[in-house]
Amino acid sequence: MQTPSLSKRSFLKLSAAAGVAGAIGGMAAGPLRALAAGPEPRPGGQVIAGISQEPTVFNPLMPGSEYDQGIWWQLFSTLWYIDSDGTIVPDLAAELPTVANGGLSADGRIWKIRLRKGITWHDGTPFTAHDVKYTLDLINNPDFKVRNRVGHSLLRNVTVTADDELQWVLAEPFAPYMSVLSLTFIVPRHILGKADDPNTAPFNTAPVGTGPFRWGERRAGEHVLLEKNPAYHGDGPYLDRVVFRYIPDQTMLYTQFRSGEIDYLGLSGLQPAFDTEARALPDRRIVAAPAPFVEHIALNHGFAPFADKAVRQALYLAMNRKARLEAIYHGRPIETESYVPHGHWAFDDGLPKHSHDPAAAKALLDKAGWLPGADGIRQKDGVRLAFTNSTSAGSQSREQAQQLLKQDWREIGVDMTIENMPGAVIWGEFWQKSQYQSVMVASNFLQGSDPDVTPRFSSKSIPAQGGSGLNTYQYRNAEVDGLLERGTREVDQAVRRKIYQRLQQIIREDLVFLPVSQSVIVEGVKAKLTGYRPNINASSNCWNMRHWFWAA
Amino acid sequence: MTNYLVRRCGQAVVLMLLVSVIGFGILHLAPGGPLSQYVLSSNMSQEDIDRITRQLGLDRPFLLQYADWLARMVTGDWGQSYRDGLPVLAKIATHIGPTLEIMLASTVIAALLGGVIGMRAAVRRHSLTDLLATGGAMIALSIPTFWFALMAIYLFSIELGWLPSGNRSTIGDGSPGDVLHHMIAPVMVLALVETAVWAQFMRASMLDTLGQDYIRTARAKGLRERVVIRAHALRNALLPMITLVGLQFPTLLGGALVTETVFSWPGMGRLFLDSLEYRDYPVVMGILMLSALMVMAGSLLADLLYAVADPRIRMD
Repeated sequence: MQTPSLSKRSFLKLSAAAGVAGAIGGMAAGPLRALAAGPEPRPGGQVIAGISQEPTVFNPLMPGSEYDQGIWWQLFSTLWYIDSDGTIVPDLAAELPTVANGGLSADGRIWKIRLRKGITWHDGTPFTAHDVKYTLDLINNPDFKVRNRVGHSLLRNVTVTADDELQWVLAEPFAPYMSVLSLTFIVPRHILGKADDPNTAPFNTAPVGTGPFRWGERRAGEHVLLEKNPAYHGDGPYLDRVVFRYIPDQTMLYTQFRSGEIDYLGLSGLQPAFDTEARALPDRRIVAAPAPFVEHIALNHGFAPFADKAVRQALYLAMNRKARLEAIYHGRPIETESYVPHGHWAFDDGLPKHSHDPAAAKALLDKAGWLPGADGIRQKDGVRLAFTNSTSAGSQSREQAQQLLKQDWREIGVDMTIENMPGAVIWGEFWQKSQYQSVMVASNFLQGSDPDVTPRFSSKSIPAQGGSGLNTYQYRNAEVDGLLERGTREVDQAVRRKIYQRLQQIIREDLVFLPVSQSVIVEGVKAKLTGYRPNINASSNCWNMRHWFWAA
Repeated sequence: MTNYLVRRCGQAVVLMLLVSVIGFGILHLAPGGPLSQYVLSSNMSQEDIDRITRQLGLDRPFLLQYADWLARMVTGDWGQSYRDGLPVLAKIATHIGPTLEIMLASTVIAALLGGVIGMRAAVRRHSLTDLLATGGAMIALSIPTFWFALMAIYLFSIELGWLPSGNRSTIGDGSPGDVLHHMIAPVMVLALVETAVWAQFMRASMLDTLGQDYIRTARAKGLRERVVIRAHALRNALLPMITLVGLQFPTLLGGALVTETVFSWPGMGRLFLDSLEYRDYPVVMGILMLSALMVMAGSLLADLLYAVADPRIRMD
């Protein structure tokens, strides 16, 4: 997988690549070419996508879920996006900024963006560089409830030099910014800029974009309907409309897929319980798409027993991971040792493999002085090796997994108590301020698709200790801090790969968390629905609905 | 009567205040918050969470937040949803219609059906009809609503293919006929449980009435049984049923909540569940207050109707 970075070499390579060259001249021709191998696109028809959470946030800069993002991909465009094979494809931008084409300064700080001409907003107004500047300024507007400002906060002197050109300076080199921009949807200045308060503007409930589909209607609690944008600047769309139908009950969602009422069951994925039956359905395709989420047992290093590396190692050894994945998830997820998804350019496949060895776990604990007490639970210096494990209540698979883990760990004299709570409770202060002891969670560690993990592992990113970030493990390691800093400043991808592979080795060696698996989302599509291509870089596999069509 | 009304309204205001304090308190004191749902999916950092928390005013002291909410609430500004920024009243307005649709339809069906079944069971006490009616009602009340809902979907949608398995309308249709077609299953499920309640209530009420002296007198006068039942007993037996309309409201709302989720019905019950999950405080509070108001109004209406129907009742 190729992924964005500021590497001079990779930019040059990308520019030379047929897909990108096609994209520069012929408006994202790469994906079309990929499609051309299959049946000829047929215009018309509609697709009903069944989803289990209701999309409610239509301003693509505000806090939203991947369900909302499924809609943003249809309504809006980004400067460039990352294809399912990791290629960066220009969209609103005419070309990718590289050192060779003068779009990027050698130190990676000055960016000059050339935009594609002739693009219009859904209301017919021409799209210009002022819209891009407005979007970037809005993100940094202190009064606007923007999702996050990662990378954008480094922007200085955003200047429009022509209607189709703008430039900016980054306060310091930030390699992941290319990836950040691949998920930054551009909003219209001529509409949102006129609103008294962009947080509550009418635009937020009737969005206008440059994407392949236009806003149709939203029936609250029922569906969001989007109509084809005939003036779309790229390939497609082939469908006349797409409908996102909200079906909160997972069983009902599957039932409607089975009965044919919905054409695509995505995002939340098919529940493992329906797997076997779904695969036997006629005229359906069931696709197991790797997702960037890594399921793991998060350990709070601020909790005394977990500060002992021997404990973390023993817990990992005692965990019968394979049996758990087979029994509960039908072997769907991919076993992993890293927080980087398999196939990613930074992924290190040389990490030590997990082995299930309770005897070795016991020996390790014995050696570390954790000896069984009268009740069979190990203790050291009066501290029992007992802790709680939490996850979102109602997550059936995880709750089953907890039961297995409890047994695994009880076998080596460790007592785990299950303490589940509703999602809103778990992922609130309990998680953010490291009030947990251990948590079962799936996280996407990447920034867009960049392997920078500063918010996750930097000692400055511990919220419970005043930092701003997501290092809820409270993990501190000076070498890691140094590597993280080098990683964001380095522009050469080969050097970056080495940095991030070393990082993975340390994180695995230290067992900052206990890795379990890389998530796989199992989605269902009708067999005749063509163009569906899962994309690990896009958070939503609806990312390219503009290329979907019904085969004859 | 006027005094009674004023007193009841006064009580209602106190009760509403109590509901609001408890509701607001529980919501805000419970751990987690409106942004916790985005932490995992959007990779929002603590800094982002803190910033938006400040922007939403959720970092202010609890009492200040409550006072502010209350002050705006009484002036008709119910706030805006944290999720989509829509005014709470507008959000409720779009969801209350579908809920009322299935609630009203099921109430009418249940009242008619339950009334007839209960009356017949009482008149033919200890007969097979009575046994079937009371037994059936017991079963209907003992089995969870969601089970009935799933069975209805399995039978009528999957096996027979007669009814849609969910949603309120077909995409691109939404005509009254289409909505009516989609309503059948959820209304059937809601009405089933409700009918059981009405039948049991009616049976008890009728039995009580049939044991009264004036019925014995009527029968002693040689009136035909049909006349005794219809002209004398039925009217009086129906009186307590009036209260049932008001008293059944909270139960019905609870049933609708389950039914709406299973049938993907875009009603207020489901909006409440979704908003609760996302800790969308303004919407949750709005629905809570409206529900409390409706329950109180229902109960008051029942009392007033009772007085109208039975002149012996005096509202002092």
